[in-house]
Amino acid sequence: MAKLPQIHDPRLLVGIDTADDAGVYLLNEETALIQTLDFFTPIVDDPYLFGQIAAANSLSDVYAMGGKPLTAMNIVTFPVCKLSAEVLLAILSGGQQKIAEAGAVMVGGHTIDDDEPKYGLSVTGVAHPAKILTNAGARPGDVLVLTKAIGTGVLYTALRAELFPQGVAAAAQSMAQLNRYAAEVMAHYPVHACTDITGFGLLGHAYEMASASEVDLEFDSRAIPLLPEAAEAAEMGLIPAGAYANREYLKSVEFHSAVPVNLQDLLFDPQTSGGLLISLPGCEASGFLQQARAAGVLVAACIGSVTGKGTGKIHVK
Amino acid sequence: MSNELKSKLVELNCQGLACPQPVIMTKKALEQKPAEITVLVDNLAAKENVAKFAASSGYGVSIENADGIYRLNLLAKQTAVNIATGKELAADAEAPAILLGRNTLGTGSEELGAILMKSFFVSLLELPQLPRAVMLINSGVYLAATDSPVLPPLQELSRRGVAIMVCGTCLDYFSLKEKLAVGEVTNMYSILSELTKAGNTITL
Repeated sequence: MAKLPQIHDPRLLVGIDTADDAGVYLLNEETALIQTLDFFTPIVDDPYLFGQIAAANSLSDVYAMGGKPLTAMNIVTFPVCKLSAEVLLAILSGGQQKIAEAGAVMVGGHTIDDDEPKYGLSVTGVAHPAKILTNAGARPGDVLVLTKAIGTGVLYTALRAELFPQGVAAAAQSMAQLNRYAAEVMAHYPVHACTDITGFGLLGHAYEMASASEVDLEFDSRAIPLLPEAAEAAEMGLIPAGAYANREYLKSVEFHSAVPVNLQDLLFDPQTSGGLLISLPGCEASGFLQQARAAGVLVAACIGSVTGKGTGKIHVK
Repeated sequence: MSNELKSKLVELNCQGLACPQPVIMTKKALEQKPAEITVLVDNLAAKENVAKFAASSGYGVSIENADGIYRLNLLAKQTAVNIATGKELAADAEAPAILLGRNTLGTGSEELGAILMKSFFVSLLELPQLPRAVMLINSGVYLAATDSPVLPPLQELSRRGVAIMVCGTCLDYFSLKEKLAVGEVTNMYSILSELTKAGNTITL
């Protein structure tokens, strides 16, 4: 993306240059338009569940920007000759259920014939221009809250190895969960920065937040919520190649020597439809967590803090 | 199939395979409970994952790297036997653990210390009971690097099921992580867990 010519438009509030979750365009003083698109290949066997996960993942980018999704369009590739139309219908039904749960409207889409199924959404949302949340606003004194447990990449690897069925099922449920409820609680708090945790893993997205905000972060490894059996699966070496690529890219992260290797690996694990990483003033954290849990975001936890102004250094204790 | 054939060294070629295929294939192979097996992989993720899987399945791991191909030799810890004597070399809980805090042995002359360290490891292999673990901290981590003078005996120890535990913080400090040629990167917590287990600890 860095090789593309830069786009300068005063109405473009968030573009491709800051590695943020979605694009934001200023419509007028009251309204900013949030647009995002994401799609991928099946990561669970059940087509309906896959549809739910892909849709929840696409909608998440709007929530991470502090917005509310309005409309969604399906983007689909499907092997028309190899799989029955019922499979496609199940995928789209799963997606539509999540779009409805998000309070948005499905307005159409496009399907093309391809060797393997892929599904996702192009989502359009809105937010007040002054309330757009980016990954660039974290401040010293903030604490970091995570709203979903991590380990979906490792457990997807476990699924392919036919191991840890309980963890795999928990990961699927977690991935299908909308970030809507956490985002709605967030709207009542003076949140400084937010991003959703996806392919770069917890530490990759934390690093983007730290460097965009020009701060240093510290995480408490024991406080980070993990999906059931994720630690065991990581210990067994069921770790996706993407986790090693993330670790390679994030060599600057410092770990305290007491952090076990399997936990370190999980912090680099690429997530699908992960939770929100929220930076907000320390004094607001307990109230936020209480409300988030009341709203059904049960695993929400305070996992670290912004230690000071800096250059994006991350320490994990 | 004769027993002789079954006990022959098994080689599992996982080159060109992406994760988690090498782990799944290794898992299937280990279900036959081989005493020893070699797994070939050609990427870093597969190398680390197969090593982790083997360690969690009760196998000692030693790794050789040649031209981007990793050769992982897995040896069952419970059944580790000295091929020459047929004697069990079980790295059991009663066996001592060795903590090495330097890359030379003794104080006085560094040059002599290096010679003594080499002799130490060669002699260690001759002992009737092998240690259960060799832990390398501070400059001791140099002993596990690619150009270590004691690499062959350390690899042999690992092959026979002795846990070679290498301090990750120390590797980082000496910028040796890329050159690690034997053993598992570990942390202070794991080292302390090993030290506080039953059995003697020998600190050098």
